[in-house]
Amino acid sequence: MTTSNEPLLSVQDLQKHFPVTKGLLKRQVGAVKAVDGISFDVVKGETLGLVGESGCGKSTTGRLVTRLLEPTAGKIVFEGRDLTHMSQGALRPLRRDMQMIFQDPYSSLNPRHTVGTIVGAPYRIQGVKTENGIKKAVQDILALVGLNPEHYNRYPHEFSGGQRQRIGIARTLALKPKLIIADEPVSALDVSIQAQVVNLLEDLQNELDLTYVVIAHDLSVVRHISDRVAVMYLGKIVEIADRKRLYSSPMHPYTNALLSAVPIPDPKARTERERIRLTGDVPSPLNPPPACRFHTRCWKAQDVCKTVEPPLEELASGHRVACHFPENAPDAVVQTPTGAVAPE
Amino acid sequence: MSENAFLDVQDLKIHFKTDDGVVKSVDGLSFSLDRGKTLGIVGESGSGKSVTSLGILGLHRGGNANVTGQIWLDGEDLITASNEHVRGLRGRKMSMIFQDPLSSMHPFYTVGAQIIEAYRIHHKVSKSVAKKHAIDMLGRVGIPEPQRRVDSYPHEFSGGMRQRAMIAMALSCDPELLIADEPTTALDVTVQAQILDLMRDLQREFNSALIIITHDLGVVAELSDDILVMYAGKCIEYGTADDIFYRPEHPYTWGLLGSMPRLDREPTERLLPVKGSPPSLINVPSGCAFHPRCPYAELTKGRDRTEVPVLLDTDPGHLVRCHLSRTERRTLWENEVKPALETQ
Ligand SMILES: Nc1ncnc2c1ncn2[C@@H]1O[C@H](COP(=O)(O)OP(=O)(O)OP(=O)(O)O)[C@@H](O)[C@H]1O
Ligand SMILES: Nc1ncnc2c1ncn2[C@@H]1O[C@H](COP(=O)(O)OP(=O)(O)O)[C@@H](O)[C@H]1O
Ligand code: SF4
Ligand code: SF4
Ligand SMILES: [Mg+2]
Ligand SMILES: [Mg+2]
Repeated sequence: MTTSNEPLLSVQDLQKHFPVTKGLLKRQVGAVKAVDGISFDVVKGETLGLVGESGCGKSTTGRLVTRLLEPTAGKIVFEGRDLTHMSQGALRPLRRDMQMIFQDPYSSLNPRHTVGTIVGAPYRIQGVKTENGIKKAVQDILALVGLNPEHYNRYPHEFSGGQRQRIGIARTLALKPKLIIADEPVSALDVSIQAQVVNLLEDLQNELDLTYVVIAHDLSVVRHISDRVAVMYLGKIVEIADRKRLYSSPMHPYTNALLSAVPIPDPKARTERERIRLTGDVPSPLNPPPACRFHTRCWKAQDVCKTVEPPLEELASGHRVACHFPENAPDAVVQTPTGAVAPE
Repeated sequence: MSENAFLDVQDLKIHFKTDDGVVKSVDGLSFSLDRGKTLGIVGESGSGKSVTSLGILGLHRGGNANVTGQIWLDGEDLITASNEHVRGLRGRKMSMIFQDPLSSMHPFYTVGAQIIEAYRIHHKVSKSVAKKHAIDMLGRVGIPEPQRRVDSYPHEFSGGMRQRAMIAMALSCDPELLIADEPTTALDVTVQAQILDLMRDLQREFNSALIIITHDLGVVAELSDDILVMYAGKCIEYGTADDIFYRPEHPYTWGLLGSMPRLDREPTERLLPVKGSPPSLINVPSGCAFHPRCPYAELTKGRDRTEVPVLLDTDPGHLVRCHLSRTERRTLWENEVKPALETQ
């Protein structure tokens, strides 16, 4: 890992509220607060993992950062440039530097185009000159991601799921991006293929000096691949820390519950493991619970949790948590929550 | 395997005739299961897990499937039994939980109506008695306010609640054999943990025989007494949970274990996946179907390509399908594979 302290990407108080409309006149009756004020930095060369349950806003975050969605509020700074409200025209050159990999290797490739056309498209669209022609460049990338360069003229359906994900990755790499946002890059794949693609992503990072934001719901995969991890719940980041701290001394009750719920491939764990079981489901982001959004499922919840939103505070070096009663917290920093102010 | 086991499957073959050729989805599968016990079937997608479970329930009858072999349930041969008889057993004596509850619940009937109907097929009781039973079942599987929820439609339930409702439906007639095919694959990890707990508790309460089918080794480790590892329609290793996790002997089982990042261990540098991808079941590789992906194929001096290995006892109750000798496999596991899986 070659990390410097200059953030490549910096996100501040980012929000995305999707309007909910009703009737023919499309009167707005509410908003899905998909992303509701999140801040984080991504340093060059690192991998930030983004985890959380379905619907917590992970994909929306990825799409906001790459400006596939228009933010409702907040700020996105990439390499020192504010792109929060940049026009699509002004964004175009930046699109080369920031690419997205999607979950579904089946639907994200055009079935009527050959692999050569798919992987070569970014060159044509961006009008990039290549030294020995586009074909040579594409074949080099195919080899890089472990595909046979001679398969240049084949169609997506002639490849397996794992190979199609490699094609997707090859397409992403064509323009030598600096930042890659991978949204569930392996969750549609079989375990053995998943591991192949995870290894590939790691090799490419080392070889090409890439920076990743990896979105996934699988906490084991995220730990394996990430340097730092952010945990989201209902549109908020509730905890962010380097992976070692997050997995060995998680402070937010939700993080503790998530980790405790992961099935462990060891029969002994059945009896020896301490379990935290949440009840119920994630509440709707249309009407998230007030103050601490986790209070409806939290076993540590007190009255203050229902009235005062806990701010995301640094409780240990590089370890930020939004909770009035964190677990594993260094004693000195557990404050009485009465002084806390609700933001917004 | 015991002759008077509650469920006894012998040399089960399920082949489909298609335009492209014969698909050998299940090709000589044998296992048995007693009441009160849980069998985990693991394998990657397309290995024949779902076809096996549908086969046991007699759901391939009348299609393009050719089913041979023996399936004994409580002393009755299900293969030779009439369609009508098998239909009578379904729901009452054996039932199934599917991966996607939406596709197996009727969208236009309330959840309660569907449980009531399932119950009344096998029990001559009034509607109101059946409704009481439905409410009782919904409560038992942890649906809040079952008196009210019994009148909800499937789409009004969250994913976790639908899965619970489906379990309630499957259990409404106290089946003695319950097959759960990827019951938690579509669920979030916290909800998955709730459902796995629920299945474990209910199985204890009803003393039913449970087959849990999944690609997730963590999930099988949580629930199974015995585990069957499937590859290309065949069982390649069978044993107790301890056999499979602590002393696995088949190279494919090793590959599955090496593919998974594990939360219960220090993070490893690299995953150790199986190379290549699962074979087509129309053109199954000759000899040992795993040979194109097996790192040890050469050690068997050509037999891997010419001779189908037989499933043999390596220890009482622990069966392995591989040409390597017991000593060779154990030496490889102890000296190479196990250390590699554990190294930092
Ligand atoms: N275009 C949209 N219009 C309205 N609501 C949306 C839209 N896109 C997403 N949402 C809602 O925003 C919330 C966050 O969605 P998002 O796709 O970011 O979740 P996620 O964390 O990626 O979940 P998953 O793990 O299921 O992929 C969800 O409640 C979702 O239904
Ligand atoms: N009705 C059918 N006709 C032809 N092939 C089928 C049919 N049903 C399943 N198959 C094939 O059988 C194989 C095993 O499928 P399945 O049991 O669903 O796998 P899994 O282990 O993922 O559950 C696959 O190759 C699948 O395409
Ligand atoms: S603030 Fe209160 S409710 Fe929220 S996570 Fe912390 S203890 Fe639980
Ligand atoms: S028989 Fe040969 S190819 Fe098959 S698993 Fe054993 S060593 Fe590998
Ligand atoms: Mg998503
Ligand atoms: Mg299946």
